[in-house]
Amino acid sequence: MNFVALKMLTGDRAKYLGLVFTIAFCTFLLENQSSIFAGILNRTGSQIADVTDADIWVMDAKTEYFEQTKALKDTDLTRVRGVEGVEWAVKLFKGNPVARTLNGKFDVAICLGLDDSTLAGAPRNMLLGSWERLREPDSIVIDKAGYVLLFPGEPLELDRTVELNDHKATIVGISDASPPFASYPVMHTRYSEAVNFVGRERTQLSFILVRPKPAVDPLTLSARIENQTGLRARTSDQFRWDCVVYYLRNTGIPVNFGITITIALIVGIVVAGQTFYIFTIENLKQFGALKAIGVTNLRITAMIMLQALTVGAMGFSIGSGLCAGFFAITLNNLATRHLVLMWQTVIGTGLAILLVVTLASLISIRRVLVLEPAAVFRG
Amino acid sequence: MNTEIAVECRDVRKEFGNGGGKVLALRGVDLDVRYGAMTLLVGPSGCGKTTLLSVIAGLLNASAGQVKVLGEEIERLPGGRQIAFRRKNLGFVFQQYNLLPALTAAENAAVPLLAAGVPRLRAVRKAKDLLSTLGVGERASALPKELSGGQQQRVALARALIHEPRLLVCDEPTAALDAETGQAVMGLLAAQAVRPDRAVIVVTHDNRIFSFADTIARMDDGQIVRVESGLRNGNHGGVDSARESERREML
Repeated sequence: MNFVALKMLTGDRAKYLGLVFTIAFCTFLLENQSSIFAGILNRTGSQIADVTDADIWVMDAKTEYFEQTKALKDTDLTRVRGVEGVEWAVKLFKGNPVARTLNGKFDVAICLGLDDSTLAGAPRNMLLGSWERLREPDSIVIDKAGYVLLFPGEPLELDRTVELNDHKATIVGISDASPPFASYPVMHTRYSEAVNFVGRERTQLSFILVRPKPAVDPLTLSARIENQTGLRARTSDQFRWDCVVYYLRNTGIPVNFGITITIALIVGIVVAGQTFYIFTIENLKQFGALKAIGVTNLRITAMIMLQALTVGAMGFSIGSGLCAGFFAITLNNLATRHLVLMWQTVIGTGLAILLVVTLASLISIRRVLVLEPAAVFRG
Repeated sequence: MNTEIAVECRDVRKEFGNGGGKVLALRGVDLDVRYGAMTLLVGPSGCGKTTLLSVIAGLLNASAGQVKVLGEEIERLPGGRQIAFRRKNLGFVFQQYNLLPALTAAENAAVPLLAAGVPRLRAVRKAKDLLSTLGVGERASALPKELSGGQQQRVALARALIHEPRLLVCDEPTAALDAETGQAVMGLLAAQAVRPDRAVIVVTHDNRIFSFADTIARMDDGQIVRVESGLRNGNHGGVDSARESERREML
């Protein structure tokens, strides 16, 4: 009877295509919006993720996320280094100077000052130049997106000059840093240079980067640092999640995306449900005849579920394909770089579509189940 | 004609609704339907013909009385067995054909076999053979919308007969057809459906087809008011016009 169910479904081409399109549209919206949402939130911790040398970030006890920094004392660095299990700990500065080019183009930048001697936390994915040239005076490494923002339409080129808060700096490398939450240029320089470029506060130590000794669990060490110093210590993953949670709690982003996702779900359930219901009602006499002939309720339920799942699978596949195509097209766009179709959202959307088609078919199934087979004699 | 009884109704009553809105559709029906015969249930609209047919077919439960179909008290069978009994032993012809619009004629005719788990190719092949027997073999690949009313009813007849049921129930099979097509369909029904091991019940108020009956049971107000048997003595090849006139007069 599966064959009968599928022919019944595809026989009414207009409704069949309508159902598939509805599910595809719903899938596209769900996957697209949830992937962009997750990708944007992921950006809140981009600069944390880019630091691959250290596993633990130490900060002021009240710091909640990356952008919120309160300067630590230099003695804090010594205290952290004194905690058992710390292999090394170095300074990291984070400031936001205004970067200006000679042709007058300017933007606020994210300036990260790396430990002068080790350059721990330097960007490892270089598109042009070398991070080791940061040892040169007044040198910076800028990310590609920042370069394009400051030098629009110009080829990537080293040794160009920018002003950071009226201090001249030379570009010695162009990195492929992960995109930050706000589309500011990301600049790396030495700590001593960075405090000069930004330099307003008395102390500028934003974060301390810590590498645990081999075999020391970063989580354990974080707890130990917190106990012994009173500072906040988070592993890289924890700190990235802190940023995500902060933006979830304190911005309208989740509400905005949540509304779109909810609308996609409602549209999916209502339109698919209504179309499927009409489809079933129009076939009610035929279902009545099947019941009279001796097809069981269980079999009819299976037939309707098969129809719903077929529509769901086709719509989901088409919607996912469209969404993958969308992200493939936008992947190399500077504004949307690193936003990808996440497998987690594909699975989540798949489950949501399963929910949509199940709900859509439930009303139809109920209508058929309560149908008396004798009704088929009443014309 | 086989004299064995295929369907036995004793004091069958059927009520719909309750309290002040209660309607008594069947008021103590007694009826025997024999194998090898075509029994017509006739009477005015609302007299309970279709309700009785539904009770006999196991689609409705009687409120009281006893209904034995092919030796089984169908109402007493548990739900699943009742459906299986119906699937195996009963064939249905509906007034509006009720063919599945997306299936071809052959696929429609094969539905009872598909419901019984017969593989599709085998079921459709058998359906095509049967459609040929019923004179619509060349239309086996057509969709219902491409068929005339008479052709659709022949497909419906094929669907009713394909699993070789022992009881065929037909609800107004000619109501949607013109007189000539109705006669042709009834001729086919009489020739192909009536067999010694099968009983055929036809609900109708189309007096033009009374000539095909072996037994005519007239209903009125939920009761059988008259039964006339042995009208054709099992001869389903032609029509005795003198007896037909007499029967019409009687009815």
